Amino acid sequence: MGDVPPTVRRSLAASPVRIVSARPSLRTRLINLFERRELLHSLITSDIRIKYKGSALGLFWSMLSPALTLATYYLVFSVFLKNGIPDFVVYLFAGLIVWNMFQSAVSTATGVIVDRAGLVKKVSFPREILALSNVGASVIYFVIQIAVLGVFLAIIGYAPAWGFLWLLPVSFAALYLLTASIAVVMSAVTVYLRDVRHLMDVVLQLWFWVSPVVYSYENSIAPALRARGLTALYFINPMTPIILTLQRIFYVHTTVRSTTTGLTLHILPTWSLATFALVNGALLVFAGLLFLVALVIFGRLEGNFESEL
Amino acid sequence: MVNAIEVDGIAKRFTIHHERSQTLKERILHPRSGSSEEFDALVDINFVVDQGETLGIVGHNGSGKSTLLKCICGVLQPTTGQIRLRGNLAALLELGAGFQHELSGRDNVYLYGSMLGFTHKMVDQIFDDVVAFSELEHFIDTPVKFYSSGMYVRLAFAVAVNVDPDILVVDEVLAVGDERFQAKCIDRIRHFQREGRTILLVTHQADTVRAICDRAIVLDQGHMVADGPVTDSLRIFRERLLGDVADHRPAGAGSVRIDGVSSDTGAFEVRHGAGMSIVVSFTSDRAVSGNLVLEVFTRTGLLVSRNDAQSAPVTLRPGTNRVGVAFSNVPLLDGVYDLNVGLVEPEGATVIAWSEKAASLQVLYDGRAGGVVAIDSSITQS
Repeated sequence: MGDVPPTVRRSLAASPVRIVSARPSLRTRLINLFERRELLHSLITSDIRIKYKGSALGLFWSMLSPALTLATYYLVFSVFLKNGIPDFVVYLFAGLIVWNMFQSAVSTATGVIVDRAGLVKKVSFPREILALSNVGASVIYFVIQIAVLGVFLAIIGYAPAWGFLWLLPVSFAALYLLTASIAVVMSAVTVYLRDVRHLMDVVLQLWFWVSPVVYSYENSIAPALRARGLTALYFINPMTPIILTLQRIFYVHTTVRSTTTGLTLHILPTWSLATFALVNGALLVFAGLLFLVALVIFGRLEGNFESEL
Repeated sequence: MVNAIEVDGIAKRFTIHHERSQTLKERILHPRSGSSEEFDALVDINFVVDQGETLGIVGHNGSGKSTLLKCICGVLQPTTGQIRLRGNLAALLELGAGFQHELSGRDNVYLYGSMLGFTHKMVDQIFDDVVAFSELEHFIDTPVKFYSSGMYVRLAFAVAVNVDPDILVVDEVLAVGDERFQAKCIDRIRHFQREGRTILLVTHQADTVRAICDRAIVLDQGHMVADGPVTDSLRIFRERLLGDVADHRPAGAGSVRIDGVSSDTGAFEVRHGAGMSIVVSFTSDRAVSGNLVLEVFTRTGLLVSRNDAQSAPVTLRPGTNRVGVAFSNVPLLDGVYDLNVGLVEPEGATVIAWSEKAASLQVLYDGRAGGVVAIDSSITQS
């Protein structure tokens, strides 16, 4: 405090000009988002801190709880509920990691603008950052769960498909953009239609069961569609290829021999690495475009937040 | 000179819902229910603020000053027009709006700093200053949910003024905190002025504007009605206020009525230190005597003076009566004052006739002193 700094007469001539106008262009939105990445970082860390505030183990819980979940599934599916699929817990957890990220981000982001109306009405920042901070927190849990799975695989001596591992970042990028797009749009829609929050719970549940997380791809309606030449229809759900990719990376086997009946079970599509790469690449491009569309939609809806909150 | 802020043709239109149909069911079942109307909060506002200038924005409640400020800060998007800003901006719109109750003061300083658009590194550099300014050294690691409202505001203000903004926007926040902290805030604002920063101050307190600002603009129902030197703008601001209350004149009680108050010059305008006289008109159906009571209030409801003229009772005749009151010297400072006039029985409290806000008195004063009355003082140094 105290003394006047040496640069008493500040020169603003060199400072960049910021423009506030009716509807910022997409390019301006992206620049603003990038410039406020520090805020995104602060919001994510404060979200996580608040979540574990007051618990004795703190952030350790974010590792402990997926580890305990994994241990529970291991116990259930290898001892009590033998469905014949060997190492089913690996298959299940690989899919669940993807789903958890999507589900937790979208369900928290849906209400975030409404919940933080006080902030939205008083402080200036790109509003989509609020939704993105929920996605960011989910990313952290995603990474932690991947690490927990890795440790688990090392303990039981299960080798992932090393050749496919490089698909993980591609698949993750697509997952991130897809999740962020839906989170951003839903956060704005909820401002106008508060019901969407409750609707979203149901939609997410339904979505979970049409994605091949707890059942195998080959046990779904996919083979029936393929017989009619409609395989593409199954991939309208963009979560499917991401889930399949992680299952392929960590579970590895496409066909296994049932531990109970001895029959051959088809678990995953028998795609080559190139096919997986192509599918993931295409999805990444699609998700990238979707994200831009989401920002445009958010920009349209954002203008009237003040009178609706 | 560089323009720090350029406001170019800003307009803001709100849609007001009379019956909000927010749930899906309501929207589907009654798609047309609930009328809505358009409301122009701001109409074609244009002005520029030079770098280093302190601009006051005055207007009474609902004049659009907060909407304008929110547009400048980027909290609201204008319906049309453009605002260009040079340099970074820190806004004190609602102090502590971004605070997370569960987090400690320390974490909130960083969070709030990043909301204002400053990096972690920049907040690191000013952290000690923030804590010192807020005087919360012992509580900085306590979750802010345990803070008193004063502590809360002190911390938020400390962050906003220490983050080194080029443009500081202040909205009525100086009214919070105890007097000592208020003085400290004003002091900090003056410090900012000396450093050549641009300040935008929104208030309806003419005193604050007079004490701090170089220039003032006046908003009235979304229109900009004045832009110029502080004294000129404040005069226009007050005239608008007077216009609002002109027809507010409730009738007196019983058969003795106060018809109105007029002044000898026709206008209720007086220069500080000058004299003036007013005439109170009564209509009475009987002969009655009592004391004339005169109360002077500030617009914020502070009683400045009550005088019941105990030594000079008034006797009214049936019919119309005119009673004159002369002030030899009005010691009031710049502002608008409300006059209540009444007639009470000589013995005590029974009110014969009363007129609330019978007149509004405008006092003109060109000096720098603030407050309600001038106290003459001379300074000597030993």
